[in-house]
Amino acid sequence: MNAIDVQNLVKRYGDKTVVNDVTMSVAEGEISGFLGPNGSGKTTTIRVMCGLLTADSGGGTVLGFDLKTEQHKIKNQVGYMTQKFSFYEDLSIEENLDFVARLHQLSPYKQYVRETLDTLGLTSRRHQLAGSLSGGWKQRLALAACIMHKPKLLLLDEPTAGVDPKARREFWDEIHALAANGMTVLVSTHYMDEAERCHRINYISYGNLLASGTVQEVIDGAHLATFVVEGQQINTVAKALKSLPGVDQVAPFGNSLHVVGQDEKQLSQTLARHSNELAYSYHLGETSLEDVFIQFMANSADNMQ
Amino acid sequence: MNRFFSLVRLLALLAKETIQMRRDHITFGMMLGVPLMQLILFGFAINNDPKALPAALVTNSHDQYTRAMVTALEMTGYYRFSHIAVSPAEAEALIADGSVSFVVTVPSDFARRIERGDRPQILVEADATDPSVASGAISTLSSVASKAISRAQGLEAQLARQKGQQLEVVVHKRYNPEGITQYNIVPGLLGVILQMTMVMMTSMALTRETERGTMENLLAMPATSLEIMLGKVLPYLAVGAVQVSVVLIAAKLLFNVPFAGSMPLLLTGILIFVSALVLLGYTISTVAKTQMQAMQLTFFYFLPSLLLSGFMFPFRGMPIWAQYIGEMFPLTHFLRVVRAVMLKGADYQAVQKPMSVLLLFTLGFATIALLRFRKTLD
Repeated sequence: MNAIDVQNLVKRYGDKTVVNDVTMSVAEGEISGFLGPNGSGKTTTIRVMCGLLTADSGGGTVLGFDLKTEQHKIKNQVGYMTQKFSFYEDLSIEENLDFVARLHQLSPYKQYVRETLDTLGLTSRRHQLAGSLSGGWKQRLALAACIMHKPKLLLLDEPTAGVDPKARREFWDEIHALAANGMTVLVSTHYMDEAERCHRINYISYGNLLASGTVQEVIDGAHLATFVVEGQQINTVAKALKSLPGVDQVAPFGNSLHVVGQDEKQLSQTLARHSNELAYSYHLGETSLEDVFIQFMANSADNMQ
Repeated sequence: MNRFFSLVRLLALLAKETIQMRRDHITFGMMLGVPLMQLILFGFAINNDPKALPAALVTNSHDQYTRAMVTALEMTGYYRFSHIAVSPAEAEALIADGSVSFVVTVPSDFARRIERGDRPQILVEADATDPSVASGAISTLSSVASKAISRAQGLEAQLARQKGQQLEVVVHKRYNPEGITQYNIVPGLLGVILQMTMVMMTSMALTRETERGTMENLLAMPATSLEIMLGKVLPYLAVGAVQVSVVLIAAKLLFNVPFAGSMPLLLTGILIFVSALVLLGYTISTVAKTQMQAMQLTFFYFLPSLLLSGFMFPFRGMPIWAQYIGEMFPLTHFLRVVRAVMLKGADYQAVQKPMSVLLLFTLGFATIALLRFRKTLD
């Protein structure tokens, strides 16, 4: 059974379609990445999945419970970490955890809270107001509060935004530890390195799910050719290449350029034709996930116009 | 695990709300300080039957009749002659700028005309911009003045004989024989103070969560609409209880307002009223999108309820349509209960009707709030 199985989800605000016919599934115990540009509908989709929003059409199951009729059961077994810190800043760390533990009817709740505080290493600071914590600690507290009731499914909405690299690394280690114990995780993110830490990824843009699969499947599925171009006048070359036939994107990577196109043959012809005139050398490279996403974004921006 | 209601979850919400309320020092202090401050301020300040109003006397004659009349007027307690023997022009200026509320003009031939047996006229000009200021003072005027003159003439005995056959009207002011405004105002203030704090605080209950972004989290956790509502309003019942104690004790100690009726009956009435108020506030918070809107809605409700409930002006004195509007405010019905029980010593039979209406308000607001509450962010 899949932890998440939703079909044809549609969510509209007025005449704006925020989620457009999204069908996706997340297998039990897997870490699934949810990617897409700002305003692409990630948060809305996650909110529909945890019962915070009702879909205009479409439906499905989360943890085997129907999205429309069994929202209460879903809420009991799902942990949802919001994008913005949404615990009570005027309650202390311990009081926040007390509140969550009791709402989930954990018994004896004090013991759960004590264990959580211990794991977090916040026992000595438990009387501190949550509002006075730094961004990284708020994120850790939020995660701890979300998993206190041992949910089967964890929904994380851009959990690492504004968190330093070390805290991000630790955060992901924890996510992997949780998944190893059988928890299913759906995590939305902007970061490519985080996407590569997921078992599978889903790419959504302007409400449309454009790709799903493992990182390699998504890269292969995009059918892109990437050439690495090296030369002296890298900036001039970049400018010149941009408008040539077969070139979809040119992105600088250190001293080289990644030139990406959908048609490998046309692209290599173009590069061959201009290599002498512009004084560069080139070779076929690996298409990265980022190249694929930028391609997706460029394409869907075209579709919007 | 109960799907609709769990005591454990309610207790969690109650604990959280109580801590938040306690930690918001300014609001918490306000909830306890406001009732006392308002009670003292309004209790002492508002007076529907004002006494010792400043008056100016315009006269040229210094005869015994004028003196007798002035003394008699001052004896009523309504007049205090702050300006004596001013010119008509000065008097005009005094009443125009509000320095005096009355100008009493005694003609220069006043004494001569009395002795001649004419009916001399004196002119009393009253500043009637606030009718309630003038009414009491004016009503005492003519009888007091003519009695004073008769006495000065030594004709009192004769006058009494003459008027012996005339109708005598005996007025008893009941429940508040001395006509002490505070007896009316203080019980009313209890209702007004409760309404002010209870509705305002609870009207922000949900909008505060929405504005702080905590609503999303709260809704994602398994708390039901009923639990959230009770969690939000019950702590305010406790605050209300404190306010009630403060006001009732102050009413007794500071204003000596009589407690004629049964305390349990009064407290029952108060409990129902406060429940109606917190649920009204909560209903407002399900409608408002921001705390600012909640505040505006609350004030939109306050003013008509103050003016049309019978707190400020006599309810029966309003036109019928205004009375109908007045009936829509819980405060109106509470005022009937509290005044009847405190001042008249009414029993349950006598206040059954307003009590039932208050109960209906409570249930009505709770239903609307539960129906309006969205368990999603749509």
